[in-house]
Amino acid sequence: MNFAVLQFPGSNCDQDVVHALRHVLGHSVELRWHKEASLGAADAVVVPGGFSYGDYLRTGAIARFSPVMEAVRQFAAAGGLVLGICNGFQILCEAGLLPGALIRNRSLQFRCEHIFLKTSTPDSPFTNRIPPDKLLRLPIAHGEGCYYADADTLARLKANHQILWRYVNAQGEITADANPNGALDHIAGICNEGRNVAGLMPHPERASEPILGSTDGRLILESMIAALASRPTAAG
Amino acid sequence: MTDPAITPELVQKHNLTPEEYEKLKAVLGRVPTYTELGIFSVMWSEHCSYKNTRPLLKTFPTQSPRILVGAGEENAGILDIGDGLAIAFKIESHNHPSAVEPFQGAATGVGGIVRDIFTMGARPVCAANSLRFGPITAAGEPGPAVANNRRLFGGVVAGIAHYGNCFGIPTVAGEIYFDPSYEGNPLVNAFCLGVLRHGQIVRGHARGVGNPVFYVGPATGRDGLAGAAFASQDLTAESAEQQRGAVQVGDPFMEKLVCEACLELLATGAVAGIQDMGAAGLTCSTCETAARAGTGIEIELDKVPQRAPGMTSYEIMLSESQERMLIIVHRGREAEVKRIFDKWDLPWAEIGVVTDTGRMVVRHHGQVVADIPARKIADESPVYERVAREPEYLQAVRAFCLDGVPDTTNPAAHLLALLAWPTIASKNWVYRQYDHMVRNNSVVGPGSDAAVLRIKEDSVPAPPNAASALRPVPEKFIALSVDGNGAYVYLDPYEGSKIVVAEAARNLACTGAMPLGATDNLNFGNPHNPELFWQLKESVRGLADACRAFNAPVTGGNCSLYNQHPNGPIDPTPTVAMVGLIENPEHITTQWFKDEGDVILLLGELVDTSDPLLGLGGSAYLQLIHGMKNGTPPRCDLAREKELHLALRALIHSGVVKSAHDCSEGGLAVALAEGCISQSVARATPRLIGAQVDLTPLTEAPGRDGIRLDALLFGETQGRILISVDAVNAAKVLAQARILGVPTARLGTVGGDALRLQVPGAELNCPVRDLHDRWWNAIAEAMH
Repeated sequence: MNFAVLQFPGSNCDQDVVHALRHVLGHSVELRWHKEASLGAADAVVVPGGFSYGDYLRTGAIARFSPVMEAVRQFAAAGGLVLGICNGFQILCEAGLLPGALIRNRSLQFRCEHIFLKTSTPDSPFTNRIPPDKLLRLPIAHGEGCYYADADTLARLKANHQILWRYVNAQGEITADANPNGALDHIAGICNEGRNVAGLMPHPERASEPILGSTDGRLILESMIAALASRPTAAG
Repeated sequence: MTDPAITPELVQKHNLTPEEYEKLKAVLGRVPTYTELGIFSVMWSEHCSYKNTRPLLKTFPTQSPRILVGAGEENAGILDIGDGLAIAFKIESHNHPSAVEPFQGAATGVGGIVRDIFTMGARPVCAANSLRFGPITAAGEPGPAVANNRRLFGGVVAGIAHYGNCFGIPTVAGEIYFDPSYEGNPLVNAFCLGVLRHGQIVRGHARGVGNPVFYVGPATGRDGLAGAAFASQDLTAESAEQQRGAVQVGDPFMEKLVCEACLELLATGAVAGIQDMGAAGLTCSTCETAARAGTGIEIELDKVPQRAPGMTSYEIMLSESQERMLIIVHRGREAEVKRIFDKWDLPWAEIGVVTDTGRMVVRHHGQVVADIPARKIADESPVYERVAREPEYLQAVRAFCLDGVPDTTNPAAHLLALLAWPTIASKNWVYRQYDHMVRNNSVVGPGSDAAVLRIKEDSVPAPPNAASALRPVPEKFIALSVDGNGAYVYLDPYEGSKIVVAEAARNLACTGAMPLGATDNLNFGNPHNPELFWQLKESVRGLADACRAFNAPVTGGNCSLYNQHPNGPIDPTPTVAMVGLIENPEHITTQWFKDEGDVILLLGELVDTSDPLLGLGGSAYLQLIHGMKNGTPPRCDLAREKELHLALRALIHSGVVKSAHDCSEGGLAVALAEGCISQSVARATPRLIGAQVDLTPLTEAPGRDGIRLDALLFGETQGRILISVDAVNAAKVLAQARILGVPTARLGTVGGDALRLQVPGAELNCPVRDLHDRWWNAIAEAMH
């Protein structure tokens, strides 16, 4: 497959996504500078983590105005797969490609640690390869990862099965202690109504090699690859 | 605006002695301008010139076949790690700024050291730090001092997190101590390591007469005026208040862009020399680049991007605004600078030219405001051989006797108390605020004896074009440990400083690594005080001897003198960051016990064979339980220590070692407990495993009968490592260790849900959950 990984000023997980997709999973990857207006021949787009524009104003609030984001909007509208990780999730919310917002962690502190995720539904291009009862052990690293949405939005997310991942404890239970940032309904990641755009705060690219302690993140990336492979033609 | 007249008062305000002022006039051949006086004051400050420490620093071992750039040559030393790859690393202090404004002080400390690394052409790949604060816990209701210590601690950690996380560098290692001697004068030592190919090393040289000089990065403001001079005087409440303007404000986002743009520009080959504007900003960078190249440099201050209107030449030259670089470009290739910096939307300006005059000439508003022989100011700073005298307090230390101190009557309670002591307790409250995983290389993060970092293709700066024929980067593994122990060094500067280096080397050995080199940060008091200078001198002697013993040359570092709080000087605190190499990823070893039934062995002597009580001098136990920082600290036998590390590495290489953990603060009992409780699987998910240990048979050896429990459990005898091995290998490992010349004893087995520890006359039975919770939560509880 052919992935486009966006690069904003202040992106700092771009190389990590490239590493996981190119060197670990063996796919072709191109970095797309934020000033570019086209995504080239990408089959899918990853918006990586980092501190685009230094998180000035609000996380993701400036990046959404970058020229490349117009191309991402068109790509998504045509059904193309877009995954936002961490700051990428924040950017997709700011860009209106995903509902809700990510606000300051309830602890008011940055948190970097492994957490457990439970996948709510295999029915998405981002979860189709994840076994139903499998807990994913992934790292988080964010200061503003507390997912928030109004009651109507949350109700819609639930009704449409758009909540893809929730924070759980090692036993797979939803507990207050397992939620690292105070996210509404323990939400770690969601998708749009069309199910082709998703975002999550944890970092699947940091959990793709045994030497780094977990390979659970590959299941998310491999789900995307499987979804792309089963399509008759690439989107966009 | 007219400059003030140069009076003796003004000279004194610039921290220059009358003799230094005479020397300055001799260098210039005339009375200085106001701007020149400012330039000399920072260039000849301790921070920039090492005038009080240079004779001592020359005694460090600095040579090895691996050295590519040695100590003092450039912004950071560089070591060969094989296959055409190299690492650049250094530690640097930001103590005084952090005392005044902890968040920005610490943040810009990180920014400064990261710049030092990419200035060498290396990609910064990991950070670490060494921190000291006053106590954050109190017996009763915490008073204002404790509240202030917490404020400083919290602010420093948040500042480091802010800068490192946003820049995108993993903070993988560190150490933190809490002690009253650091009250009001915290220590913030920041370390950074970068990776590059041999051919990518760049120099801070203003080479090539006629080459243009570029300024890149954000505009110059009035922040951080003369910070280097501020760092080179005693810190007092008054100076702190006055010097608030000397604290810089950091912007890690800007630094990330400047770093990426510089590495991209360096790959083009258009750069003749590059230097960051750190301490003393534009002054230091212009002067040093010209001095190193033996050239001159002329700059025009009207062309320097400025943030505030009406800045004087004095202010522009001495500003320490952050994230700025000076780049000397090969003439004719200016367009490449402009293209790349425009791409990254970064300000740039061509501000001057390299000359053959040997002089640093500064123009402002059409007038020459400084005209100084560059090499003379950079290289001919004053050098002082300070007077050293053994401090009086050491007599009392040597006379101290433990006879008056009762043995422990409740070892289980004391073990719990030690685990909850902030200096020993888990630092997860700190490192969970640092992104310690970004860049996908953190194989062993914070929380084990040493961190292990993978080097891979994207760890080196990218070649100019993707199709280049450079050979691929093979995976390599770097281990890193930062260590210090102010109490030991206070009680015996020579021996204590040896221990600091030995512990760093031991921590590396515990991960399976061989030391490559070290960088040191000398945090001491006022060098004009003969007793404090004696501490410094003895400490350097100890560090140097130990670095020689472990074949770990010093590749650079930093001196921070004048560390003083209202009640006296800080404990003398050299900190050492040692870097090692692990050849094979299968050898990477962590400190926690692995499986039920594994056998626990102790490499090294149970207690000091000459005097079992020696391990208690300066120990955490004596400090916490008896409120005493006293007694002769443990001895450090470098030859035996080295044999121990060699033996451990040999055992690790033979594939039998499942965990290895050094015994340090808190002694054997704390090390055993840490083996049981220190593995973290995920948030709120520790992996706990018990251990059954019987020390009774070992205490029946000759000379050990009647040994005090406190010395046995909590003594800090050096040269001891706990390892665990599969039960089927235990006998073989015991025999191997004996052949390797290291005393080794079987202590017990891994398993169960408690640490059960039998000693003569007592049995400790501590559920691992209790041990863990006290240890894990102690700092968070103090900070809430």
